[in-house]
Amino acid sequence: MKTIMVCLKRVVDYNVRIRVKPDGSGVVTDGVKMSINPFDEIALEEALRIKERGEAEDVVVVSIGPADIQQQLRTGLAMGADRAVLIECNEDISSLTAAKVLLKCAEKEAPDLIVLGKQAIDDDCNQTGQMLATLWGRPQATFASKLELSGNVAKVTREVDAGLEVIEVDLPAVITTDLRLNEPRYVKLPDIMKAKKKQLESVAIADFGVELSSKVTAGNWETPASRAKGIMVNDVDALLSVLKEKDLV
Amino acid sequence: MSHVLIIAEHDGSQLNSATAKTINCAAGIDNTELHVLVLGSGCDAIAQQAAEIAGVAKVLVADRNENAVPLAAVLAPQIAEIAAAYDYVFGPSTTFGKDLMPAVAALLDVEQVSDIMEVTGPRSFKRPVYAGNAILNAEVAEGTKVVATVRTASYKAVPTGNSAHIEAISSTAALPSHTRYVELQSEAAERPDLQTAKLVISGGRGVGSKENFDIVYKLADKLGAGVGASRAAVDAGYVSNDMQVGQTGKIIAPDLYMAFGISGAIQHLTGIKDAGTIVAINNDPEAAIFEIADIGLVGDLFEIIPELEQKL
Repeated sequence: MKTIMVCLKRVVDYNVRIRVKPDGSGVVTDGVKMSINPFDEIALEEALRIKERGEAEDVVVVSIGPADIQQQLRTGLAMGADRAVLIECNEDISSLTAAKVLLKCAEKEAPDLIVLGKQAIDDDCNQTGQMLATLWGRPQATFASKLELSGNVAKVTREVDAGLEVIEVDLPAVITTDLRLNEPRYVKLPDIMKAKKKQLESVAIADFGVELSSKVTAGNWETPASRAKGIMVNDVDALLSVLKEKDLV
Repeated sequence: MSHVLIIAEHDGSQLNSATAKTINCAAGIDNTELHVLVLGSGCDAIAQQAAEIAGVAKVLVADRNENAVPLAAVLAPQIAEIAAAYDYVFGPSTTFGKDLMPAVAALLDVEQVSDIMEVTGPRSFKRPVYAGNAILNAEVAEGTKVVATVRTASYKAVPTGNSAHIEAISSTAALPSHTRYVELQSEAAERPDLQTAKLVISGGRGVGSKENFDIVYKLADKLGAGVGASRAAVDAGYVSNDMQVGQTGKIIAPDLYMAFGISGAIQHLTGIKDAGTIVAINNDPEAAIFEIADIGLVGDLFEIIPELEQKL
């Protein structure tokens, strides 16, 4: 195949403890470490491995967000992507809008495969890949833990509630990645230097002509109710007596 | 009066309890009529089970060969066509619903509300974000169809005792052939299902190996409990992926959850926040799991599990 398109979202790093702003208008993101969504990093790693096996020629990373996302795209280039497309957007957009914009991008790039994370760890929506595949009129294989390519067909093992489901999809297709698909590589310093010379194209989101406003809006944000403080017991007998008191065993 | 279409989840022979939990959520919207859509092949028995759920006004059955397996690409165009007459389209936030519902939403050209945990108004819903560390009130504009998935751990299954009208429905939607089902690889399900079990025993990295998990299974079997695991235990190959509990695994709400050798990463805690009682056993007194446990015991799980098993 020729091109693999990988979609990267910039999110609050997964190690950051999230705090809701006192006025309920969102979560605190000022001065907080930002990273590539971990699932998207897995998506990029998979694309790079396909390319390194000689089964693809070109890996393009695409991201939507403020100019700052250049950092995450540069990280993607340092990991090994060939080029990057930065779709500049300074407002929050929904998964549907993101899918519509990515579709325009896909129409231009004509990839054989689009790979992205099954969900972003900020909004936890788990929608964009499915919406993109549907709008594109191409197959989706979500929650992938194994991807095998053979000619024009991808055989994908999916992590589902009942176990592992295997499906076959014709290419081009959209794959969303689960945690166990691979372990992303670490970026080495020389690669960071090399990445600076790679092509990073910036486009304004307005150029895509997609309506950005949303019919589902965010109202108030809250901190979840915390559980009451628990007790510590010293031995199994004490544990069992508490459980029996609560009629749990 | 608004109309809600609820997409039934089933395995070909049995209706999944996620359906009755989704119905419970939908029943929280005032002044609605609830219809359940069963897509399957030879699925009369499932339609019957759906018709027995309290609060269901009608069951629609789309019975055709192509619906024998749950492929989103095949089911979504049929649902989108049928959904034209509805104000709300709800599915469970299981891997089935997560795969399917965004495809339905895209065909209907509407945004989706994922993981409803509380209905706060006819068009407003609470949902967890950031692995449950923040709760967002999502509001859907008037005149827009509400397509949503329901966080099933937030709802009890509504009881049975109904006999709703069952009606066949057919769709003229063109179905693609670009996606083909191959197989489901499933561990023998001899233990209670994690998402419905009243008791769940879970093991983490502290269990140490696939073989060591045997003591976890033994205790679970003595209690009739389901068995779960942390991501670390799944990644290490101790157990299969379908046992993972947490942000990206299963979100569960048993009456009693016992965690052995699980440190308590926030991604895991997200999956158990709705448990009635959380018991944590870990040899590290500083383990994060103790922060949310109702009962904590510091000690060696290889001594504690056999002792528990013997004294129960």
